[in-house]
Amino acid sequence: MDRKETQHRFDYGSALQRLFVRIGVLPFLLVIALAVFGALSDRFLTAENLITVARQATYLAIVAMGQMLALLTGGFDLSVGKIVAITSVITALTMAPLAAAHPDATAITLTLGILAGVGAGTLVGVVNGIGVAVFNVSPFMMTLGTAAISFGIALTLTSGVPVYGVPDAFGTIFSFARIFDIPSPVYVTAGLFVAMYILLNRTRMGRYFYAVGGNLKASRLSGINTRFYLFMAYVLCGALAAVAGALLTARLETGEANIGASMPLDSIAACVIGGVSLRGGIGHVGNVVLGAIFIGLMQNGMDLAQIQSYLQEVVIGVLLILAVIADQLRQFVMLRLKD
Amino acid sequence: MTTEIVASPEGVGVGTTPPTPVLQAQSVSKQFPGVLALDAVDFELRAGEVHVLFGENGAGKSTLIQMLAGVHRASEGSIRFRGEAIELLGVHHARTLGISAVFQEFSLVPTLTIEENLFLGAELTRHGFLDKSELHRRADGILKELGFPLRPRQRVQDLSRAEQQMVEIAKAFRTELSVLILDEPTASLTDREAERLFAMIEQAKSRGVGIVYVTHRMNEIYRLGDRVTVLRDGKRVATLDVADADDERLLQLMTGRVISQVFPKIDYRPGRTLLEISQLTTVDRAARDLSLVVRAGEVVGLAGLVGSGKSVVGRACFGLERIASGRVIFDGRDVTGRTARAMLDLGAFYLPPDRREEGLVMMRSVRENVSLPWLGARPFTRFGFLDRNSERSKVRDLAGRLNLQPPNIEHDLERLSGGNQQKVLLAKGLVSAVKLFILDEPTVGVDVGTRVAIYGFIRDLCEGGAGILLISSDLPEILHLTNRTYVMYRGDMRAQLEGAEITQDRVLANFFERTRA
Repeated sequence: MDRKETQHRFDYGSALQRLFVRIGVLPFLLVIALAVFGALSDRFLTAENLITVARQATYLAIVAMGQMLALLTGGFDLSVGKIVAITSVITALTMAPLAAAHPDATAITLTLGILAGVGAGTLVGVVNGIGVAVFNVSPFMMTLGTAAISFGIALTLTSGVPVYGVPDAFGTIFSFARIFDIPSPVYVTAGLFVAMYILLNRTRMGRYFYAVGGNLKASRLSGINTRFYLFMAYVLCGALAAVAGALLTARLETGEANIGASMPLDSIAACVIGGVSLRGGIGHVGNVVLGAIFIGLMQNGMDLAQIQSYLQEVVIGVLLILAVIADQLRQFVMLRLKD
Repeated sequence: MTTEIVASPEGVGVGTTPPTPVLQAQSVSKQFPGVLALDAVDFELRAGEVHVLFGENGAGKSTLIQMLAGVHRASEGSIRFRGEAIELLGVHHARTLGISAVFQEFSLVPTLTIEENLFLGAELTRHGFLDKSELHRRADGILKELGFPLRPRQRVQDLSRAEQQMVEIAKAFRTELSVLILDEPTASLTDREAERLFAMIEQAKSRGVGIVYVTHRMNEIYRLGDRVTVLRDGKRVATLDVADADDERLLQLMTGRVISQVFPKIDYRPGRTLLEISQLTTVDRAARDLSLVVRAGEVVGLAGLVGSGKSVVGRACFGLERIASGRVIFDGRDVTGRTARAMLDLGAFYLPPDRREEGLVMMRSVRENVSLPWLGARPFTRFGFLDRNSERSKVRDLAGRLNLQPPNIEHDLERLSGGNQQKVLLAKGLVSAVKLFILDEPTVGVDVGTRVAIYGFIRDLCEGGAGILLISSDLPEILHLTNRTYVMYRGDMRAQLEGAEITQDRVLANFFERTRA
């Protein structure tokens, strides 16, 4: 290539390409979404609305952080939605009778309810982990199977009707309370984000998730117990989905078997848009949270622009596919820029 | 289209003027990211000849035949078919011109029948529906013509490897065939099956088909070849008539280097026994009744071709190969069947032969790859958390010692050249105090500069008191670096040589099948 030619005038095209290779497609999408929805609705770019977006995005952000672990190891988890559902049902079913019998022991009721619910959800993750890591079942079949099992159990336990009788304090504390104007679930999410960041960047386990997903054989030869880390990825994914399920139950103030249906798609979308590789081994937790926030922004913006919710599904599907195409394009551009 | 097997019209009778080559590569080069796999190579194939391609692993043989078969396109240079410049658009395109290749990896659909495979992508139809009876008739015709004892309605998955190879070859004869490319076709055949293949090759030759034949085996060159082209480091070294070739000449051409500049002088001081393998047999019987000893302060060679079972040794020591019988003793401890973790902790390091497949996490950084086996211990982990500063300084140190280019340890490995990737793989073994290195093909596919660097490290490690088991199919490496050498052939230990006994002749006598020499 002729060096002098390119030095004379700034080449916007190639500068944009370089930026794209370095940061991926997400920042571009975020800027476009903010600009478009900001233009469509005056209310979009207000502090109050952005706080709403943050609160709405928390549940997805937590699930997506879990999904990321499964994706990093080269698999995925299709059962996250049903983990949310079964956590919700078990949490409510534990709290309701306790609250009725001991109306004053709210703290104990909440603690036991959350532990039972999150425990049940995590257990689904444990089963996923055993299937994938020990019995070498493909993550697709394993998590699809446990999704059906969890959903069936949740429906059986509730006969398909919402479970009422959750103490009011549950919703008050874990959904509606605000500290410095920020809703409480946002703090929970922020806390989990910090924990995940440390896990992935400052601990051996996090490093091994990347390595196992990047090259299983090389990891085994490097002395890593690959089965254990595959197992742990699904356990932690289940646990995070379960926490999201408990928070969502606090928000709804009922236990529901029918929530979380869009979680598998949305969480994978958040990860992929955030630059997590479907082939495993690559991804940053910060970008995953941004990906979840982006999807929240889209939903909120489309609500304000009065796009009906059925059409919103179409938009999310399209975005997911575009993000994958953009990722391929990025690989291609990266190879081309290399010479 | 016809099922009759037609010879190409020209070139059968060799006259006074040299015949027009049926296929010709003119100064072709192939650039892969970071590697120049072929460097301005000329190659020509005449009708009715067997032209052998000979060279070490990584010399460019595969790249050249893949280019001739339409798998890759040349970065530079041109390919001529019957005198006309052509651009091969893909394997299918090459095939329609009559250029077919049988690679070591077969392109058959195991769940389909032989006849369905033969006509895959060129199904015969009548009124828009598959004409199965015609397909059967023609497939049967091709197999009979070639004399292959196969029934067209057998499923490919039920066939032996030799039979699958016959199907691949038959596929080449589906259309009018001018050029047949065979990539180490006898690698997995029994002697009887190989004889049948040779008969088929003679037959194709007499019909005027030009045959490109890639092999490692010297006796096949004399048996089948008319001419032989030797490649080394992506360049064509020589093309000669087989009548003028002998073992010594070919090996010199294949390996020829200024030996003294490449290989360091090593001061061996054999000490206590580090590794002792006794009567090891693996479950898959890739190695049988194998015994060897490696002492501290020496470099022990384990030579043999790909598939000789030599790689099994390293894998068996690191728990990757199931052991049927026999024992592995390391540093006085019975470690038979131990995991990689246990072996690393005891102070053994295994460098696998395929860095992309088993060695490195390609999309992660140099830093993360080098420290990966050792994260559990100081200085990398402190109070349960990774200490990234000490990780960085340790890896940066090693990168400096190995002269890694570029020296940035945060680059992911995809961005490094093959040689530098291999340095990273070696660096994984230099982090901690390792007593025994099992290096399987440590210089495969790397440039001479990296070779020299890696050999330098082998010397330093050996003189520093470590024991090294060098598993290699690279003959000069074995000859110049080891003080003792074992030679394996097809799963058996053939010989043990020491000191002055390690000569080209004696290693080779056991390396290849016995040939005239």
